[in-house]
Amino acid sequence: MSNLPDYQQKPLLQRLDWQDWLYAVILLIGAVFAFTKYAHYMDAYEVSFLFGAAVLSSYLGWRWRALAKLVLAVGLVSLIAVSLYQGSLERVSQVFVLKFLIASQSAIMWMNVLFVLAMLTYWFALYRRSAFTANVASSLTWVAVLFGFVGLMVRWYESYLIAPEVGHIPVSNLYEVFVLFCLITALLYLHYEQKLNTKQLGGFVLLVINAAVGFILWYTFDREAHGIQPLVPALQSYWMKIHVPANFVGYGAFSLAAMVALAYLLAAKGVLASRLPSLDVLDDLMYKAIAVGFAFFTIATILGAMWAAEAWGGYWSWDPKETWALIVWLNYAAWLHLRMVKGLRGPTLAWWSLIGLLITTFAFLGVNMFLSGLHSYGTL
Amino acid sequence: MQNPKLSFIKNLFDLLSSMRFAVSLLSILGVASIIGTVLKQNEPYENYIVKFGQFWFGLFETLGLYDVYHSGWFLVILLFLVVSTSFCIYRNTPMMLREWRTFKEHATEKSLHAFSHQATFNHVADVEGAKQKLIGFLASKGFQYKIRQQADGGQLIAAKAGTHQRWGYIFTHVAMVVILFGGLLDGNLPFKLQELLGQKRIETLDIPLSQVPAQSRMPISNPSFRGNMTLPEGSSSNVAFIRVRDGYLVQELPFAVALKDFRIEHYATGQPKSFESDLVIIDPALEAPVTKTISVNHPLTYKGIAIYQSDFQDGGTTLNFNVWNLLAPNNQTQGLSGAIFDKAKLGDGDHALSVEFNDFRKFNIINLSPDGKGKPHNVGPNVTYKLRDNRGQAVEYVTYMQPMQIDGKFYFISGMRETVQDEFRYLRIPADDDLSLHNFMHFRATMFDATQYEKIAKKIADSSLDVNKDKAIRAQFESSIVRLLAVFAQGGYNQVARMIEEHVPESERETSAATYIKMINIAAYEAYNLSLTQQKKPALGHGPEVEMLLRESLNAFSDMFFYGAPYYLQLVQFEHKEASGLQLTKSPGQKWVYLGSVLLVLGIFAMMYIRERRIWFYLKPDANQVHFAMASNRKNLDFEQEFDLYRNQLTSLIS
Ligand code: HEM
Repeated sequence: MSNLPDYQQKPLLQRLDWQDWLYAVILLIGAVFAFTKYAHYMDAYEVSFLFGAAVLSSYLGWRWRALAKLVLAVGLVSLIAVSLYQGSLERVSQVFVLKFLIASQSAIMWMNVLFVLAMLTYWFALYRRSAFTANVASSLTWVAVLFGFVGLMVRWYESYLIAPEVGHIPVSNLYEVFVLFCLITALLYLHYEQKLNTKQLGGFVLLVINAAVGFILWYTFDREAHGIQPLVPALQSYWMKIHVPANFVGYGAFSLAAMVALAYLLAAKGVLASRLPSLDVLDDLMYKAIAVGFAFFTIATILGAMWAAEAWGGYWSWDPKETWALIVWLNYAAWLHLRMVKGLRGPTLAWWSLIGLLITTFAFLGVNMFLSGLHSYGTL
Repeated sequence: MQNPKLSFIKNLFDLLSSMRFAVSLLSILGVASIIGTVLKQNEPYENYIVKFGQFWFGLFETLGLYDVYHSGWFLVILLFLVVSTSFCIYRNTPMMLREWRTFKEHATEKSLHAFSHQATFNHVADVEGAKQKLIGFLASKGFQYKIRQQADGGQLIAAKAGTHQRWGYIFTHVAMVVILFGGLLDGNLPFKLQELLGQKRIETLDIPLSQVPAQSRMPISNPSFRGNMTLPEGSSSNVAFIRVRDGYLVQELPFAVALKDFRIEHYATGQPKSFESDLVIIDPALEAPVTKTISVNHPLTYKGIAIYQSDFQDGGTTLNFNVWNLLAPNNQTQGLSGAIFDKAKLGDGDHALSVEFNDFRKFNIINLSPDGKGKPHNVGPNVTYKLRDNRGQAVEYVTYMQPMQIDGKFYFISGMRETVQDEFRYLRIPADDDLSLHNFMHFRATMFDATQYEKIAKKIADSSLDVNKDKAIRAQFESSIVRLLAVFAQGGYNQVARMIEEHVPESERETSAATYIKMINIAAYEAYNLSLTQQKKPALGHGPEVEMLLRESLNAFSDMFFYGAPYYLQLVQFEHKEASGLQLTKSPGQKWVYLGSVLLVLGIFAMMYIRERRIWFYLKPDANQVHFAMASNRKNLDFEQEFDLYRNQLTSLIS
């Protein structure tokens, strides 16, 4: 079939097979369907986000097959859930499948449970050096991610069932973004797991995800903060739809880097060294995660500034959340300089990215707990 | 000989453009930024004085900690960052551009042997044919190449890929300078200079606009500002106020803004859904005024000035009150009317109080459930006011118009506090079944009315069998009740406690306190019934409900003595008038900041995701040998893998 030399790699578009195209077409049909049905709820930006999301998901799915399967599964299960609602919130307590499986709350609970199980399984696999167990752990993580995304999609739909004016994308309060954080961190991890062909780091990364799960549980049961609240005026903006997810890719990647750093530090001390990937691999992964995080965090901060310009009348107000985003950004900029310009490697940078997680956590959570400001976004 | 002066400048340049200095600056900036997030910025200065005391307040003020991000030293850090980054760009750009352009085709066979990533392919049968294959290989991997004939007759193929990465460095760092430049344009540097030169100063007094001197006014030509305007419905203004430290500047505008209407819409749950202002722009240059509705996230821009919906407040709501004198032995009321931001007077002579109406809120969403887990809901309007005596001492009050339901019972609620730092302490008056104050007020008047005490005492004695046996005992009993009521009317439970402390030996205090409380309750029951009879209402029965009512009424009675003033202002009517809070900004730096942001994103992606790699093939003359070397400015795992892959592919390609 080929007159090309065997070292040549074909460009992406030529590598696609019929399944790839089918996938893209399904996404496009989905977007067109959503557009014809809900166009009157969307402004021009949101329409472009809708089709942009279809294109982006196609591209990412082509690059990473497993993600394409996830996207289709999330779509399918969410559609089943939506059809079971028949336009009434009451059905949550009447329909078995909704009540115990895929109503938003239930799906998110399943996500929580599965993340805990996945973490235990990953650690067990590490302890036993069992490839089979590690595969099980990986599958559990995938299913947790599936449930998490279904939970968010269904929550989005539920918010419109409360009242059309209340409806909004579920990235508007701490409960929702914690779920998002778990999902994005898990996906970033799964991506590298596949790319580096190593499942030994799962237990580490799931530590930070399960910390977030713990928060979700506390928030649900102690604070009963899982209810869907209508948006305050400042949050009613298309900017939210891109600013918040971009931020969480950043937070997720930084968390991933910190957990890899933890593994690095242990391995460097000889702890678990024989079970973990080599120090070089860990070091490289830590860098890659921070690079991804830094790029997205930069974009998120810029989007935030543009949103602020529109909502508060100034692109920069030195509001505590803004300022802490800057501090996080400066921190990783310094980290990258030391590595790229000074060529620094090893434990110093690993410690630094571990401490970086504390700074990031404060920016993400501490600001909401201890400081007050313009961000009308989830106080505890 | 080196000129010492020149070498000093060179050293300074080296320091400023060094990475170490840049990283230190980034860290210092980070730490300095924290200060402003921990210490609340731009609060009224009294708050800081109260919080820190005079000494620390003064010190912190000198350090500029109340507005860190506009303080001199913070700007100096930013300036250093600009300088340092600019020098860094100046120093590195020529090298970056050279690296971007060059193929490094001057490498020699010897220098290639010094590379850490290299391989030699021997026994290449057809060197010319191999050359074509190598070129094909390079092209298919996305490398550009250049071929150079060597002096020794050999040929060098020098190739590069991903050198656009070098632009990443330039873009990222130029972006930082551009962003900071834009930020400085929008900062208050011009004002700061004028202030230093004594041409401008902030106004710190709350005086009418017309009296603000020219020194504290910024002209229309001011290139950049961020000011506020509070417009009551139906009014207009052509100035904005810029808050600076503990004062303000007046910013003149090239047009006037009028507010036709301000609206708050609510969700079914009571939370606010939208704030909207119908604005009219009045400008002589316009044929007809521009009208536009703005809301949060949807500003209006006119003549380069953007107008945002920022908040809202009262615009002078008019209010009518019934005023009760809580400590008078009657239940007469007097009317009082006023408007928010106005003043009124209560009482006369030395005891006169001035009433300052501060705020009115039509909706108050409060969570009244005992465990805090229930749903918050709207408890209706409240009004905030201060009562100031003629020595200038003021007590602040917040009084709710409608009774609130707490644990199933209704209460009139009014809070008071002496300073802003205090929490409000609440007076809780039980409401009647028809949700009015009358029963309590009558009861209260009766409790104060000394002429009623004997009647009350007699009633109690009548129904008490023990005391009726002996006339003397009965008389003593009655008079002790009269005395107790008189003490209670002087200061509630507290006064009774004081009396016990003065007259009762310590060992007996507890029992006598219990007796007194019981007596007061019994007396209160009679007093309440007396006041009901006067109002021609049916008397109280018996039971836990009644006990609770009496307990609550007596508590309210006792708390009245701590209410700070004898007046209870019951809001009976209002005409709501709102004011919209607008923010007006002119920010010429914004385009620069956005331009810099685009550069920054492009630069970062270029620097991190374009990988610069170089390949050299040296084709040795007459030796059937190809030497392969590879290098990258970033040595990492990807590079190692790529090298291994290429080496294997090349081996099967040409050997
Ligand atoms: C405003 C302050 C600065 C910021 C925000 C900043 C930001 C950055 C960023 C984000 C990177 C990219 C790291 C990566 O590729 O992942 C970088 C790289 C770099 N920075 Fe800076 N930088 C600043 C100041 C400086 C200064 C003053 C110098 C002078 C020595 C400098 C020298 C470099 C160099 C040499 C690189 C690596 C370029 C390469 O290897 O391609 N930076 N900087």
